[in-house]
Amino acid sequence: MKGTTLSWRDLVSEAVSGLASRPTRTLLTVAGTVLGIAALVATLGLAQTASNRIVGTFSELEATSVVVTNEGGNGGAGDTRAAFPEDHEDRLSRLNGVNAVGALGEINIEGATVSTVALDDPAGQDAHHLSVIAASPGLLAAVQGTMGAGRWFDAGHETRADNVVVLGPGAANRLGVFRVDQQPVVFIGKAPFVVIGVLDDVARQASMLDAVIMPEGTARRSFDYTSADTVQIDVLVGAGELIAEQAPISLNPNAPETFSSRTAPSPESMRNRVQSDTNALFLVLGAVSLVVGTIGIANVTLVSVLERVGEIGLRRAVGARPRHVATQFLLESTTMGLAGGVIGATIGILIVVGVSAFQQWTPVLSPLIPVGAPLLGVVTGLVAGVYPALRAASLEPVDALRAGT
Amino acid sequence: MADGAEPDTAAPDTAAQSSGTDVVLSLRSIAKTYLAGDVEVAALRDVDVEVSRGEYVSILGPSGSGKSTLLNVLGLLDRPTAGSYVFEGMEVTDLDEQERTAVRGRRIGFVFQAFHLLSHRTVEDNVALSMLYTGVGTAERLRRAKQALESVGLAHRSSFLPTQLSGGERQRVAIARAIVTDPAVLLADEPTGNLDSVTSESILALFDDLRRRGLTIVMITHDAHVAARADRAVHIRDGRLTELPPAAIAAPARASARGQR
Repeated sequence: MKGTTLSWRDLVSEAVSGLASRPTRTLLTVAGTVLGIAALVATLGLAQTASNRIVGTFSELEATSVVVTNEGGNGGAGDTRAAFPEDHEDRLSRLNGVNAVGALGEINIEGATVSTVALDDPAGQDAHHLSVIAASPGLLAAVQGTMGAGRWFDAGHETRADNVVVLGPGAANRLGVFRVDQQPVVFIGKAPFVVIGVLDDVARQASMLDAVIMPEGTARRSFDYTSADTVQIDVLVGAGELIAEQAPISLNPNAPETFSSRTAPSPESMRNRVQSDTNALFLVLGAVSLVVGTIGIANVTLVSVLERVGEIGLRRAVGARPRHVATQFLLESTTMGLAGGVIGATIGILIVVGVSAFQQWTPVLSPLIPVGAPLLGVVTGLVAGVYPALRAASLEPVDALRAGT
Repeated sequence: MADGAEPDTAAPDTAAQSSGTDVVLSLRSIAKTYLAGDVEVAALRDVDVEVSRGEYVSILGPSGSGKSTLLNVLGLLDRPTAGSYVFEGMEVTDLDEQERTAVRGRRIGFVFQAFHLLSHRTVEDNVALSMLYTGVGTAERLRRAKQALESVGLAHRSSFLPTQLSGGERQRVAIARAIVTDPAVLLADEPTGNLDSVTSESILALFDDLRRRGLTIVMITHDAHVAARADRAVHIRDGRLTELPPAAIAAPARASARGQR
C-alpha cells in the first residue's frame, strides 16, 4: 500500500495554523526572540556606527604627529631629567618617514613680565604675564604653523643666540604688536628682544599661540634653560607608530626609556580597539539573548506538545507518520524563530537609525546583519524545537489518544 | 510480538482464502498483555473474530473488559502480543510502523467518544484533515469534505468552529471525518458515550444509514441498547470474546432499531 505523505505546502499551512490558533502565546514567545535579536542588531549596529564615527573623525593631522617628551623636565639646574641632545633635529630627521622636527620647552622667566616698553609702570598696564617658550628652527614646520607677519627664526638666530622672538597671535594681540617691519621690541623683564615675526596659526602645540617664542640658543644664554621638554615630529601618513617607536632609540640608544613618545593610534588599531570593546558586549548580549530566546521557544513548544497530545494522537490515527508530527512542531518553532529574527532585526535597525539620527551620526550597518539576524532566529527556533518535536514524534498514537481525551 | 509472529506468518493467506474477499478483518488467536509494574495483565485472550464487508458489528462489554484494547488492535493503533490479524486479505500483524500508518490512514476511519476535533480549525478543515496525509490535493480535500458533511447533514456548518456546535453535531463532524476517505471499516469507540439519549439516537440513526450505504462498521459500547442496533453483537469480558445470540440482545432496543430501518 502506498505510504502516507505530507506536502511542504500542507506542512507550512498546518504549522502556521497551529501557531495562529494560539495567537497571544505565539506573540509572547516571539517577543522574547524579538528582544534578543533586536538587542543584538542594535548593539552591533551602534558599535559599527560608533566605530565608523571615531574613524571618521580621525584626521590626517593627528595621524602624522609624533610627540616625544623627556617626562616634562627642562633640564635646569638640579633637574635630573634627561636633556634632549642638541643635535636632536638631525638625529630624528634621518629617520625614514619624518617630514619635520622641532623642539620646544617652557622657559622659566621667574615671574618676569613681558611688555613693549622698558619703563617701570607701577600700574602694570603694559606688563603682561605671558608664557615664554624656547623653540628650535624646525618647529614651525613640525607644528605646521603659518606666519601672519614677518618670519620664523632660523639656524643662524639659533647659533648666534640672537635676541629675537616670534609672537603667537594671542601674545601679539595682548602686546599690541601687529607689524614687524619697524622691528618692534618686547621686553622680558628688562631684556629687550626684537620681534621678527608673528604667527598666524599652528596646527599642533596650541600653547605657542599665546606665547613669546625665542630660539633655544637665545634661551640658554639669557635664561636658565638647558633643554627642550618636548620634541614635535611631523611624519608621513602611516609612519606614526614606527617613528614613535624609533625616536627614543634615536635620541638615546643606550637609554631609550628616558624619552617617551606618543602618536595618534592608527585607524586600524583604533577600529580594532573599538570593536574589541564592543565585541565583548556583543558576545555577552548575544549569548544571553540566544539562550533566553531558545529557552522561551523550547518551553512554549514543549507546552504546546503536551497540550496537543490529543491532536497528535488524532493525526497519527489519520495517517501522520512520526516524522510528519516532528516536522510540524519543528516548523512551528522555526517559524517563531524566523518571525522573532525578522521583527527583531527590523526593530534593531530602527534603533540604530533612530539613535544615529538623534546624535547626527551616519548609521553604519553591515549588510550581513539584516540577513544574519533572521537566520539566527531560524537557528534559534530550530534548536529550540528539536526536543519538543522528538517528544511529539515519540508519542504512541494509542497513548496520545487516551491522554488527549 | 516476536513470540507469536513466526507461526502466524502463513495465517493471512489461509484466512483470506477460507474467508473469501468479503471478510474485511479477521482476528485469529489474538492476545494482548500489558505489564503493570511487574505484573502481566492480559487485556485480550485468544480472540477470534471476523467482520464481513458491509457488516455492522457491535462489541459489547463493561468497563475494563478489554474492548478499547480490541478496537486499538483492530485500528492498528496498537500491536497484539500474539495472534494473527488479516485486514482486507493482508496480514498486518508484522507490518512496520510506516506500513501500519498507511493502512490506518487510507483504509480505516475512527470515531472517538471524545470527538477529537481540532477546536481552532473549521468543521470543513477538521473533516479534510483525514486526507491531509494521503496525498490528496487541497481543492479535492475540500470538495470531498463538503460531500461528507452533506452526507451527515452538516453542510451548512462547514465554516463553523467545533466550539460553536452541539455535542451531536460534533460527533457528526467526527463521523464525516471518518468516512471522507472511503474507508474499508469504520471503528467507533463509544460514539454515543458523551451524548444525551435524544442525540445518541440521531447518531445511531446515522450509523444505520451508513450501514445501509454499505459501510462496514465496528462499534464498541457498554450499552446493550446501542449494541442492539448492530447486525451482530459480540460480548467481551476479561479479554475473551463470545458471540451473542440475537435473542440475548435487548428485545425492545432491537425492535426499535428494526422499526427505524
